[in-house]
Amino acid sequence: MPVPNSYLQALEAESIYILREAAANFRKPVILYSIGKDSSVLLHLALKAFYPAKPPFALLHVDTTWKFREMIAFRDRRVDELGLELIVHVNRDGIARGIGPISHGAAVHTDVMKTEALKQALDLHGFDAAIGGARRDEEASRAKERIFSFRSAAHRWDPRQQRPELWRLYNGRIHPGESIRVFPLSNWTELDVWTYIRQENIPVVPLYFAAERLVVERDGMLIKVDDDRLPLRPGEVPQPRWARFRTLGCYPLTGAVESRAVNLSEIIAELTSARTSERQGRAIDHDQSGSMELKKREGYF
Amino acid sequence: MARSAPSGSADKDLLRLITCGSVDDGKSTLIGRLLFDAQLVPDDHLQALARDSQRYGTVGDSPDLALLVDGLQAEREQGITIDVAYRFFSTARRRYIVADTPGHAQYTRNMVTGASTADLAIVIVEARKGLMAQTCRHSAIASLMGVRHVVLAVNKMDLVDYREQRFEEIVAAYAHLAKQLNLASIIAIPISALLGDNVIRPSAAMPWYRGPTLLGHLESVRIEASDNQPFRLAAQWITRTGSEFRGYAGTVLGGNVRPGDEIVVQPSGVRSRVERIVTLDGDLAEAGAGQAITLTLTDAVDIVRGDILAAPDRPPHVADQFACHLVWMHDAPMLPGRPYLMRLGTATLTATVTELKHRIDVETGVHEATKQLSLNEIGFANIALDRPTPFDVYDENKHTGGFILIDRTSNATVGAGMIRFPLRRASSLSWQVFAVDKAARARIKQQRPCVLWFTGLSGAGKSTIADGVEKRLLALGRHTYSLDGDNVRHGLNRDLGFTDADRVENVRRIIEVARLFCEAGLIVLVSVISPFRSERQLARERMAPGEFVEIFVDTPFAECERRDPKGLYRRARDGEIANFTGIDSPYEPPEAPDVHLLTTEMSLEREIEVVMEGLRDRGVID
Repeated sequence: MPVPNSYLQALEAESIYILREAAANFRKPVILYSIGKDSSVLLHLALKAFYPAKPPFALLHVDTTWKFREMIAFRDRRVDELGLELIVHVNRDGIARGIGPISHGAAVHTDVMKTEALKQALDLHGFDAAIGGARRDEEASRAKERIFSFRSAAHRWDPRQQRPELWRLYNGRIHPGESIRVFPLSNWTELDVWTYIRQENIPVVPLYFAAERLVVERDGMLIKVDDDRLPLRPGEVPQPRWARFRTLGCYPLTGAVESRAVNLSEIIAELTSARTSERQGRAIDHDQSGSMELKKREGYF
Repeated sequence: MARSAPSGSADKDLLRLITCGSVDDGKSTLIGRLLFDAQLVPDDHLQALARDSQRYGTVGDSPDLALLVDGLQAEREQGITIDVAYRFFSTARRRYIVADTPGHAQYTRNMVTGASTADLAIVIVEARKGLMAQTCRHSAIASLMGVRHVVLAVNKMDLVDYREQRFEEIVAAYAHLAKQLNLASIIAIPISALLGDNVIRPSAAMPWYRGPTLLGHLESVRIEASDNQPFRLAAQWITRTGSEFRGYAGTVLGGNVRPGDEIVVQPSGVRSRVERIVTLDGDLAEAGAGQAITLTLTDAVDIVRGDILAAPDRPPHVADQFACHLVWMHDAPMLPGRPYLMRLGTATLTATVTELKHRIDVETGVHEATKQLSLNEIGFANIALDRPTPFDVYDENKHTGGFILIDRTSNATVGAGMIRFPLRRASSLSWQVFAVDKAARARIKQQRPCVLWFTGLSGAGKSTIADGVEKRLLALGRHTYSLDGDNVRHGLNRDLGFTDADRVENVRRIIEVARLFCEAGLIVLVSVISPFRSERQLARERMAPGEFVEIFVDTPFAECERRDPKGLYRRARDGEIANFTGIDSPYEPPEAPDVHLLTTEMSLEREIEVVMEGLRDRGVID
């Protein structure tokens, strides 16, 4: 039998190797499960890495309480099917302060309900490694992120003091309180993710597929009216439009794109001719160039 | 050039490459040009590029393509590439991972990092300047790291009027260098990254050049899988489900494996046979290099993470010493004698450089004598491990022959190495076991041997306190010996100075002597500055558990300088003594000493009493 050597198999094997290193190097690692397509691939790879045993990680979902309802339903169904442990963390302090994307804007909401909430959850449960689905192709500062990325006891990232990573030797040594973010999908692109989802038949949230959805057009983005918490501006009338999401986050902050791609092959065809990047629909990245780097230094995933 | 085809992409392979060159050579511009011309830059990134070009750009009104690549804010502002960035692009034939690394000497470690995983290196030379010292450095590193294919990209041909003669001069000079460095597969391409000549489109300005464009070459170069390698799998994780399943998860690091194959487990040397190759997608009939699999064996074998499963007819070396090239990657220099953690395969070991043979000037190839390696220096060294370990020579297998070193105190990755050959010296020595041992010697003295380690600045009062403690112990009928840092330097250590490297060796020898006296059943009092945590940690590890008592004689620097009992501080301040602890050499105070003496708040009698209490707590005295 010839040894298959396609790039997808090479990427898959590299990710499985990284997940096994995470399991072996840390006392209490956890998978950051954000319900999106990258998390779906990450979970699938974790199932492969430890088969026939279950992955030796719990899943952690940092819930901002503004996720699309379909995301939460999908999350609960998947976790149930797979019999994995799910920890849902909400920043109760943020809730008490009434923080939300509509009242406080994207920056404050993301900082309090995502970044702060993530740090709370890691500290609360004593996780020494958090495994996430971030990819280097998403944004320029991510391109320099290590696969085992060191975080200080205050969860800060220092891009100037990163540990060199040679061959496939990752340094997971930390002092108490410090932690490592592990990125098994570092070398994947958005197109790789979708091609792999099709090849492996991996379930994803239906919001990724085009359908007629009630949306309003706001600041150049199509915002889905997911529940009655979205106050409409004067003149805004929700319209049914054929649209899908390239990326999933908090619903008032994540824009849909016009699309008729209703299955994986059509999504892949759409991507190969696409002229905009994936994170274009994310409000948080657009404050200024380098804004992701600033957020990452502060502990954002 | 289209983006990757939506179907059939499963046949594409993966090419990992590294670009070497400095800002002035147009390296980031070249990568930006590849992405730009291949229409791989999304529209919103182009808009950001236009915005950023106005703010940071260096090429007038045109978009500055280098800004597509230089990601971190500090780099954009300074116009340099300070780290390794990874870029991805895809064509109908191949999926590419580009490690983009900076070119200057102070970033050698970044290039080494990028080269460690590269199949191919693009060495960029500026056409007007020709071969520079850094061209030699980049090529030497490519050779050292075992990068198989090299592309010599002669850039900025537009600035030499696209002259063939200039190109040929550079190619001839490089051929000479490549021969010296043993670089085998080389192709030279004349380009202009700024204008796009021969990057993706053949250049109309250089009709004399008939070879492939840069991308054309990248698309067609044959990346041979390292066939004919013997089977290797480093045990990474033991997979168990209840009691019925026990599998060894790992990545095939060389060769291939089938059910029924005989394997040998190193370092134990136990043999068994492969029963199944287990994956979620069903059992495999064969697995090859790069595949992540789980093996079950026909016998119940004791295998732990770090062991290597190998072809029994061509097993890895097993030894506790080897010779290697070492690249230093940290501000704190590499000091022979200091123990570091080593990651090799999936094993974690303790490693010490026993002999630093020479340092290599990679720009000239000259070997120079040295006592230590500083940041970005490359040396050739012998390394000793804490136990016999399986490995291969790097040129035969990067994954079982390349290692990193980690500082035991800071946990920083401080070095990387390539194993060149095993050393057998230690295996020809065996440990002679004697009937009379430490316990017997201690029993006849009716005491518990231990090592009291007094650390602190010069003039802190270490020797005075140790002397007082020893008198008390003697009065109690205990058998003692005192090792004083100054006194030892008159004899055993008189060949050593006060550099960091010599300080490490000084302390290492004192540790070994203290250990011998401890073996003799004595209570040993050591008074030595011992400024580094690493060596004090080594001392603790060389003694039996509970035997090492770290006593921090904590006298503030200002107080030591005021006392200055030997006049040393004055001489150091006058510049007569170099490398003086606390002045121009660091002291790392203990984080959790067993006994902490705040001398400015205690009398000498009280200090001695506190040490004696510590010994009572440990049962050394009644």
